[in-house]
Amino acid sequence: MKEKIRIGCGAGFSGDRIEPALILTEKGNLDYLVLECLAERTIALAQKRKLQNPELGYDVLLEKRLKDLLPLLLRHNTRLITNMGAANPISGAKKIIELAKAQTLSLKVAAVIGDDVFEFLSGEEHSLENKQPIRSQGKLVSANAYLGVEAILPALASDADIIITGRVADPSLFLAPMIHEFGWKLDQFDLLGKGTVLGHLLECAGQLTGGYFADPISKPVPDLDQLGYPFVDVFPDGRGIISKVKGTGGMISERIAKEQLLYEVLDPYHYFTPDVVADFSTVQFEEIAFDQLQVTGGSGIEKPEKYKVSVGYEAGFKGEGEISYAGAHAIERVRLAGEIIEKRIKRLVANLRIDFIGLNSLHPAELSKNSNPYEVRLRVVGMCENMEQAQLIGEEVEALYTNGPAGGGGARKMVTQVVGVVSTLLDRNQVKPSFHLFSV
Amino acid sequence: MKKLADIAHSRAGDKGNILVLSLIPFDVKDFDWLVQNITAERVKSHLQNQVNGNVTRYVLPSIHALQFTCEDALAGGVTTSLALDAHGKSLSYALLEMQI
Repeated sequence: MKEKIRIGCGAGFSGDRIEPALILTEKGNLDYLVLECLAERTIALAQKRKLQNPELGYDVLLEKRLKDLLPLLLRHNTRLITNMGAANPISGAKKIIELAKAQTLSLKVAAVIGDDVFEFLSGEEHSLENKQPIRSQGKLVSANAYLGVEAILPALASDADIIITGRVADPSLFLAPMIHEFGWKLDQFDLLGKGTVLGHLLECAGQLTGGYFADPISKPVPDLDQLGYPFVDVFPDGRGIISKVKGTGGMISERIAKEQLLYEVLDPYHYFTPDVVADFSTVQFEEIAFDQLQVTGGSGIEKPEKYKVSVGYEAGFKGEGEISYAGAHAIERVRLAGEIIEKRIKRLVANLRIDFIGLNSLHPAELSKNSNPYEVRLRVVGMCENMEQAQLIGEEVEALYTNGPAGGGGARKMVTQVVGVVSTLLDRNQVKPSFHLFSV
Repeated sequence: MKKLADIAHSRAGDKGNILVLSLIPFDVKDFDWLVQNITAERVKSHLQNQVNGNVTRYVLPSIHALQFTCEDALAGGVTTSLALDAHGKSLSYALLEMQI
């Protein structure tokens, strides 16, 4: 058994920066690199791409993210675990083989499947959000179970250099190599809880090194333009030391780690993953050296009985339009513009929202009641059943140029097809993960 | 008049239509004051036109932090919300606007 392993996180969302993973792999001396690229909605959108072309449905940035990374991974003997398979891990694996071939690299890729449970759902299952049958939401387009370490471990036991998955709980991407290397048992919930803490801390990459934290007045962070992404040295007792590559931007600190530990956590005493119900309340941080943070504590109790399933459905079309006003009476003029739009289309678009960007678009309006900005931007947005109706919103805003208040400038319009997501639960015996090995 | 932003920092996260806000004092000596004064009711009242559901507060003495889980707070949740900031990522600073 190894005395410690080092796991880095080179991406924290689908659109994340490319080069931090290259730097981590080149200079980080990693055993494992994790790229977490799959948000709740991302997989439903990927499913739609797969329906149009069965060879697609993996992450759209896969080629861009991996092309230069592959030779580095092999040179530094670093295994990659990523959920960039999205709706189609098999095709994602084939694409990686193709990228390797083009560079005359020799490698093995394991594609983990089994998260796609669309065919097992009847539509009568109740959503966790509103307790209604999921089919009442609209046309269902995807259903993916959040798989845990049990889906990844068999692939790790093979000689695959790269493991590509679809929907897997984010912390499980990190916990799996810990279990694999240290021989932790799947009912050693205390250790699984500790490993889950470390995985959760790392899964958003730059959010652990100063991204989403920096405030030049109260929380300054150096060199965000060169932000380095984190790695963790994990020990067999579940302790971890978080750090980053020397010379990169950002910083490692207790304050950042506290924010990230609680990020998106509904109940810090009961954090549910497919592997364990983890308890974050006993975690302790200690800054042991410059840019080195020790993480101890945390625990776990049991494994949840069921899998959580994320279900995508067609939710309509979102139409948006924006236009700006500045200078004298800007607020009065933008309010007039909003009233005109309301009078013209409120009866056509039931679900219409009007914001004044610069005043009340982000926070509840009462927080800005004494604010008097120099310029304000009207934003009109509505959810519509069809594309034409959605387009009308932007068109009406644009028409304010010649029909609305004085000095309206910079109009923009946009329509997006919306995929909504709800969750439901599925029995474990209905989900049977497996993996396919590809090599070149 | 001081604001929460003068003594504490916060990060916002989302899960569906639920907004999660941490609240962490810059100086651990202020932790007890936060526990006594920044209650779930006070947060709910401060964010009354944002948060329509229950607010639950978790106290975490080991890291000197508070966590507020705010239900029905994100206009339906990121995928179908009409809000400009559909994730509610900016709302940490709405909490920190609270006068203390």
